[in-house]
Amino acid sequence: MGVNSDPLLGGEGFLTTTIETLANWGRKNSLWPMPFGTACCAIEMMGVFASRFDLARFGAEVARFSPRQADLMIVSGTITYKMASVCRRIYDQMPEPKWVIAMGSCTCGGGPFDSYAVVQGIDEFLPVDVYVGGCPPRPEALIDAVIKIQKKIEMQGAPLV
Amino acid sequence: MSVDLEPVIDSLKNEFPQDIIDIKEYRGETTLLVSKERIFKICAYLKDGLDFTFLADLTAVDYLEVKSPRYEVVYHIHRFGPECEENVRIRLKAELSEEDIEIDSVTPVWSGADWLEREVYDMFGIEFIGHPDLRRILMPEDYEPFPLRKDFDVRNREASKRSFEKALEEGAD
Repeated sequence: MGVNSDPLLGGEGFLTTTIETLANWGRKNSLWPMPFGTACCAIEMMGVFASRFDLARFGAEVARFSPRQADLMIVSGTITYKMASVCRRIYDQMPEPKWVIAMGSCTCGGGPFDSYAVVQGIDEFLPVDVYVGGCPPRPEALIDAVIKIQKKIEMQGAPLV
Repeated sequence: MSVDLEPVIDSLKNEFPQDIIDIKEYRGETTLLVSKERIFKICAYLKDGLDFTFLADLTAVDYLEVKSPRYEVVYHIHRFGPECEENVRIRLKAELSEEDIEIDSVTPVWSGADWLEREVYDMFGIEFIGHPDLRRILMPEDYEPFPLRKDFDVRNREASKRSFEKALEEGAD
């Protein structure tokens, strides 16, 4: 992007950019998260949305409980195989472009649950963009993950279809 | 607590002289080993005759390589009373062998047994005869193994993966 305030060209100033950059700028600053909370990490995620940590400062406060209106899935909590098909279906229902944060040790790699019922990391069935370790991670860590997603959108973006 | 249970045990012994196999007392808790053929009658008598209106828990134990018969179904039954000493709890156990892994359902006695028996079926594969809706309750319905059996490898995720992939295919329609 570049700013031009030449009086010959209108005086007030204008920007030159590409449509894709503009769209990605909008996407990155207004992420609409779909909270997929299944366990204790979801409590920490609520803390991130609430006033003390306030994810609204990064434009991502509009938690949508419908995948149709979301572009960032925050999977927070233990995912069992029975839940995994639900999780995958909800991800499939989200419109493109979309990103995924795996929040907490359980979603990253099964956490303490090395058992017959628990998925050992949601990357078995979902394309994860950012992994956040911790049990549960501090709210700052989730905010950092959102900022990393923003950087990813800024640098890689997504094609305009 | 055990002192208060004496009339209950005497009454049970009178009613079912052949079916109370063993009585154990440990730290104030009383456990009766009963024959599995009469479990329904004994439970019905405890509820209707002796006012044990509350089934606190119903579970099972797998004693693989520890003792035979292999399984025990455990009933924790509670009686509420206006007086403290009427507030008592009793534990029933019924032994099941590997070959004959069936027992009468007590859901007609306490309707709260419904989901507990489904959970025992889900985890141990014990069949409850007369249960209104004996399906798996925690694991996927097409899951084959019984995870709490001692010969099941708890780290074996193959069956879970199969159920998961099947659920994905069905959801794709």
